[in-house]
Amino acid sequence: MYATSYHRASSVGEAVNLRASHDEGRYVSGGMTLIATMKQRLAAPSDLIDLRHIADLRGISVEGRSVRIGAATPHADVAGSAALRTVCPALCHLAGLIGDPHVRNMGTIGGSVANNDPAADYPSAVLALNATVVTDRREIAADDFFLGMFDTALEEAEMITAFRFEAPEKAGYAKFPNPASRYAITGVFVAKTAGGARVAVTGAGSSGVFRVPEMEAALLSSWAPESVANVSVDPAQLMSDLHATAEYRANLVRVMAKRAVQASL
Amino acid sequence: MGMEGIGARVARKEDKRFLTGKGRYTDDMVVAGMKFAYFVRSPHAHAKITGIDAAAAKAMPGVIDVLDGRQLQADGIGNLICGWMIHSKDGSPMKMGAWRPLAVDTVRYVGDAVAIVVADSAAEARDAAEAVIVDYDELPAVTTSLAALGDGAPQIHPEAPGNLIFDWQIGDALAADKAIAEAAHVTEIEILNNRLSPNPMEPRATLGIYDSAEDHFTCYTTSQNPHVARLVMSAFYNVAPENKLRVIAPDVGGGFGSKIYIYPEEIVCLWASKKTGVPVKWTSDRTEAFLTDAHGRDHVSKVKMAFDKDHRITALKVDTIANLGAYMSLFSSAVPTYLYATLLSGQYAIPAIHANVRTVYTNTVPVDAYRGAGRPEATYLLERTMETAARELGLSPAELRRKNFIRSFPYQTPVIMTYDAGDYEASLNAAMQAADWDGFAARRAEAERRGKKRGIGMSCYIEACGIAPSQAVGSLGAGVGLWESAEVRVNAVGTIEVLTGSHSHGQGHETTFAQLVADRLGVPISSVNIVHGDTDKVQMGMGTYGSRSGAVGMSAIVKALDKVEMKAKKIAAHLMEADESDIVIENGELKVAGTDKVLPWFQVALAAYTAHNLPAGMEPGLKESAFYDPSNFTFPAGCYIAEVEIDPETGKTEIVQFVAADDFGNIINPLIVEGQVHGGLAQGIGQALLEEVRYDEATGQILTASYMDYAMPRADDLPSFTLSHQNTPCPGNPLGIKGCGEAGAIGSPPALINAITDAIGIKYLTMPATPLKVWTALQGAAMPMAAE
Ligand SMILES: Cc1cc2nc3c(=O)[nH]c(=O)nc-3n(C[C@H](O)[C@H](O)[C@H](O)COP(=O)(O)OP(=O)(O)OC[C@H]3O[C@@H](n4cnc5c(N)ncnc54)[C@H](O)[C@@H]3O)c2cc1C
Repeated sequence: MYATSYHRASSVGEAVNLRASHDEGRYVSGGMTLIATMKQRLAAPSDLIDLRHIADLRGISVEGRSVRIGAATPHADVAGSAALRTVCPALCHLAGLIGDPHVRNMGTIGGSVANNDPAADYPSAVLALNATVVTDRREIAADDFFLGMFDTALEEAEMITAFRFEAPEKAGYAKFPNPASRYAITGVFVAKTAGGARVAVTGAGSSGVFRVPEMEAALLSSWAPESVANVSVDPAQLMSDLHATAEYRANLVRVMAKRAVQASL
Repeated sequence: MGMEGIGARVARKEDKRFLTGKGRYTDDMVVAGMKFAYFVRSPHAHAKITGIDAAAAKAMPGVIDVLDGRQLQADGIGNLICGWMIHSKDGSPMKMGAWRPLAVDTVRYVGDAVAIVVADSAAEARDAAEAVIVDYDELPAVTTSLAALGDGAPQIHPEAPGNLIFDWQIGDALAADKAIAEAAHVTEIEILNNRLSPNPMEPRATLGIYDSAEDHFTCYTTSQNPHVARLVMSAFYNVAPENKLRVIAPDVGGGFGSKIYIYPEEIVCLWASKKTGVPVKWTSDRTEAFLTDAHGRDHVSKVKMAFDKDHRITALKVDTIANLGAYMSLFSSAVPTYLYATLLSGQYAIPAIHANVRTVYTNTVPVDAYRGAGRPEATYLLERTMETAARELGLSPAELRRKNFIRSFPYQTPVIMTYDAGDYEASLNAAMQAADWDGFAARRAEAERRGKKRGIGMSCYIEACGIAPSQAVGSLGAGVGLWESAEVRVNAVGTIEVLTGSHSHGQGHETTFAQLVADRLGVPISSVNIVHGDTDKVQMGMGTYGSRSGAVGMSAIVKALDKVEMKAKKIAAHLMEADESDIVIENGELKVAGTDKVLPWFQVALAAYTAHNLPAGMEPGLKESAFYDPSNFTFPAGCYIAEVEIDPETGKTEIVQFVAADDFGNIINPLIVEGQVHGGLAQGIGQALLEEVRYDEATGQILTASYMDYAMPRADDLPSFTLSHQNTPCPGNPLGIKGCGEAGAIGSPPALINAITDAIGIKYLTMPATPLKVWTALQGAAMPMAAE
């Protein structure tokens, strides 16, 4: 790791100002991605602005079916939230599948979504739940947020503060983990929302998380595992690497979609 | 056996220290004035070094010096060696290329050390290392053994034309060919043994300390055999004469073979300490471990096994190519020869065996012994072949094996080994019963109804532990003897120190060796300390690998204890005015048999040291040492059964049960033995299902240099194991023990692959059987032949 200066912000405003005054600065939330990258000397921010001590950024609130999750809420809190479990257990399930207990207690939803790793779990949920990404300066619809691998609509120094969504009627998540990293080789989040069925796939796409309109249409007419079981995805838009070929991922998209719907029932 | 004696399930003495974070490892060592090293390493798999410019680096903050290979060479530091000479079948000696501790003209794998930076902190050393400018002319690289032998392959060492190190054979080719020609059935198969990274929890580290006042070096290092490290560093690398070099291997957090060898870093840090005048510490990070720790396995083999009309094996013919990487590591030549081909008879009576082994250089990390070392390769080859043959012949796997088991001992195989004892059918029966083999068909049908494919597979392994005797290994090319030493020091108050030349890096010596003493003398294990891992304390020893600490190391302790007991009895007889032959040692007391005369152990010890009243002519003191050279290897054997369920939609394999029935001879501590089996099974299962080092064939870059891509087994990848022990005591050593450290890693891979191929009905499946591979096979895609 190269030398860096650490700042502990106590409010969103302070953090944004700090970040804006350091061109080469970065927000650090759980640090589970950023610190590891710094240790490998693949990132070298001049300044780290720590978000974990900003009270407004932490916590989960459920009012009726409206859910708000603060950006600096660790995965373990999402996995263990009783209030969230009553309205959207699939999201608790997803958070519980991330990494290991250490990672879940440090890593945060905001950090994960801002990072938009193509194999991360949360982006599929944010997209399928049609969540709103709330930042220090605006609100961004999920469909407009994810732009490609490690790429999002966030501007320089823009900070995610929270996620908001209406709890879906039904939702499910199925993940096939990479045998080595346990990130998703393919993860599919399905949600029956007020605006229709949404199916979002992570881990597989060659430009990050994506929706599968054919599956959504099939689920709209019948919310059943069989509806998606035979909807194929074109391998040409999928990643190929040491652990999975595009053809294998295309198969996993179908299988995980089926299992996600099964889990939602 | 007593509460703490041989056979007792005693919790490990050392665990308290380890589990509470109080172990003292090399990286924990701190000495006055100590500085930190970082190695500049080659980013290329193969390149000429055309220049090194360290000026900018030397000017960086905290930097003490930057040293390179030319300086090392100028100071007369020697090249690394391979310590086992193998001759090709044409009689020529193996063709060993030069391995300089710091590369001088050429780098031959990604990670090859080029220079060392010494600085006030590890971070400053690393910063400066990035500023060292090394000019390279890239050369084409080759990573697989088959490609390295091909026409026009890049030439890696001038000493080894065509990258061939040796072309060796064992057994009788004519007899094997004749039997194959006359056979009723011949099973042919190609076998690929995947390349593994050993991944001990503690990364390698070393601390080199030069004392100019005494012109003396101290080397702390993560070694499985500190005495051998000192020997080769003195005799071959010209670091310092033995009396001027102390090597200490303190607590070592796992080795699995990878810490047997001397690596460039130990040598370079010692030399750099003298050059810079400061103690120099280096600790590998995990990426460096993937890049530089010796890898294991990487064999490609073609096999023919011949049967007569009664399904008896008449011949085995094997052609193996072993990838030894960019340089010949310390024991690399022995692994694919005498530790591999000599085990090709397995548990079976095979009249004719012939194996040809070629070893080759590639632009990859050096390959050497990894848990099992050669024996897993032999077992995997043989047990995959047996399973395939059983399927071809329409026999049950157990029946084919039963027909061919060796049943009388000693048994001379056609490939050097003389098996001393065993009962292979006992383990087979125990395993099949524990696994409820007969109920499998019903379980498979039930799984089918759940949409799962269930399979069962077995493996009957044999291994050779406690590699020996010295004279025999010497005649086969070993550069060292393979005996062990022990010293038993009884203190004046009766407490005991046992010094051993073997080394514990997770095996539990501090407990089992103390149990032996407790068993013999009736003293509590708390009064026995085991001392190892320091060349200033223990005079000489051969370290720990090949499951030798028990069979060889403890046998040496037995010999020393015999002498201690004899002297103690003489003293006790003298003090109690009895006849020496009437003295018995029981429960920590020396008694005159048949009387009520008794002396506590500590009083006899005290008498030895006060020396006020000893038998006439007896020397004071109670301390004895012994060297033990075994008469043969030991031959643990057993039967493993894996039962798996495959999810055909994803190709994922779940191990639904795993049964291990092992014959380790007598057992000192069942708890520790079970732990060794569990660990071995985890590594074997890792090899079969998860682990593989992969290279980019075009660039020679390692693709699996972190846990993001190299899959280590985790607890939830493993089932709860069902273990049992059969016992045919080893006739060759005083304790009747055989060794248990490697069995799990040796026996398990073929059982798993046999089970998976049974579940999905295919012949070929290469390890690791990842979900991708299994799913691809299930799609009916032709599986690539092993040696494609
Ligand atoms: C061993 C291990 C296993 C893992 N397994 C999984 C897994 O199975 N699935 C999975 O999805 N993830 C996994 N992760 C990643 C983990 O979930 C991380 O926590 C997550 O990706 C990043 O969150 P973080 O809070 O740690 O962010 P950080 O590492 O602190 O930051 C990541 C990036 O986001 C930026 N950032 C952080 N917070 C904000 C914000 N509020 N607004 C704007 N930008 C911000 C940072 O500047 C940085 O660029 C794993 C990580 C590890 C170490």
